[in-house]
Amino acid sequence: MFLAVDLALIIEKLALIVVVVMVSLVIAMYTTFAERKVAAILQDRRGPNRAGPFGLLQPLADGLKLFFKEEIIPNFSSKFLFIMGPALAMLTAVMTSAVIPWGDTVHMFGRDISLQIADINIGILYVFGVVSLGVYGIMVGSWASNNKFSLLGGLRAASQIISYELAMGISLIALLMVTGTLSLKEMVVQQQQGGWGGLLGWNILKQPLGFLIFLICAFAECNRTPFDLPEAENELIGGYHTEYSSMKLGFYLFSEYINMFISSVIMATLFFGGYDIPFVDESQHGAAFNAIFGIIALMMKVSFFIFLFMWVRWTIPRFRYDQLMHLGWRILIPLALFNMLATGAFILYFNK
Amino acid sequence: MQALTNRVKVVDRRPMSLMERMYLPAIFKGMLITFSHIFKKKPTINYPEQKRPFSPVFRGLQILNRDEEGRENCTACGLCAVACPAEAITMEAAERQPGEEHLYREEKYAAKYEINMLRCIFCGLCEEACPKDAIYMSETFTPADYQRKQFIYGKNDLLIPHPKEDPEAYKKALGNRAVNKA
Repeated sequence: MFLAVDLALIIEKLALIVVVVMVSLVIAMYTTFAERKVAAILQDRRGPNRAGPFGLLQPLADGLKLFFKEEIIPNFSSKFLFIMGPALAMLTAVMTSAVIPWGDTVHMFGRDISLQIADINIGILYVFGVVSLGVYGIMVGSWASNNKFSLLGGLRAASQIISYELAMGISLIALLMVTGTLSLKEMVVQQQQGGWGGLLGWNILKQPLGFLIFLICAFAECNRTPFDLPEAENELIGGYHTEYSSMKLGFYLFSEYINMFISSVIMATLFFGGYDIPFVDESQHGAAFNAIFGIIALMMKVSFFIFLFMWVRWTIPRFRYDQLMHLGWRILIPLALFNMLATGAFILYFNK
Repeated sequence: MQALTNRVKVVDRRPMSLMERMYLPAIFKGMLITFSHIFKKKPTINYPEQKRPFSPVFRGLQILNRDEEGRENCTACGLCAVACPAEAITMEAAERQPGEEHLYREEKYAAKYEINMLRCIFCGLCEEACPKDAIYMSETFTPADYQRKQFIYGKNDLLIPHPKEDPEAYKKALGNRAVNKA
């Protein structure tokens, strides 16, 4: 009996893992397509529209192309690490999705299935840990390439991510003081309580400055413009992935898009109520309704953030390196510290 | 220094104000500008499906014209070759034999007529020089090819389709321009 229950749980979690990973891969695939479309539309162009209706098969064509390209490993590279790089980048990008609550519990096959792979009580810390590992993929790959430009890109990535992670962490501490929990599921449940079907409970209203800092840092963590110095096509010929070809390059590009997707999900979960449906009181409806529309609500929030990533990318130019460091160390960290202290003082004063 | 036009903008070298140093309002302004471009009309023409119409004075690939009965107009007088600044045209004349009256309009005709499309500059002087309405610039351009020798167009490539045997192709090859001129 005991074994039977365990087996069912394992199957349930395995199925969920497969679904989540597949979905994030497909979404990342179509994000590349969306990026090209958005870029085109913002620049008064049409974008890819040849492969399939509206160009919807374009990502498949791109993927196929990457698979069939010649796989080049430079002679003087460190071969093991050269292959490790993209693998690590991809691994860490996908791992983050484990703790994200994708929706409410659903009742299926006579079991209550939570739409979250692991509801661990230190969810946000886990995310941070894994995201910080993400930089190793870039660093290892760039170092193993044995190429000046790759190394420069890798160094930039490392210093940038380390600098911005500080501000990101501090801005989150303020949020954690407000919510009093580290579990992502718990945070969403908290945000569902509030006026207008939870809309007034969203953390963005309690921590606007924290969100702004988090958003900027998320851009930096994902190496997106204006913080795309590690890649910097026109300065570093592609930065850390200069020497990469074929699917190993594909994994690097892919992991960037998965990172973008995951950080959008995290922003939506932390600050915009996760799977909370605005203007709808969840307690009035059944579990199935909540689960389905909750996922839809989450995905809509996520698509908005992904659009925001692209919108910013096609609007503003890249920072100079000193500007990047100035912004990170001398503006964002003091601001985040101030935000944390102010939040702490506020809580102390009113909850005494 | 005196300004040459009234559109000169003097570079503002004052230190940035607090609002400007915050950077975010400027980013937001820029984002609004890019957002407004979503609703702008796209100037793209979807090429294979839509084609940009050529101007009525467009000078494309030459065609050798026939009259209404399908006889070749060209008499191999050589005026086009003389007029050609790129020296792209060569021809060989021949005399019409009895029984060939349905093929050539006058007693002399071009047995060989070649235009080197790599030399041709599509200036249209051949068209202007021709006293017999035999050569026209059509409304197409030279298609790409893999070999240089393919660009020396002979009579097979240049002659317009027969107006009686293939009236539709004839009309299409003639285009609007020759009709208007005739």
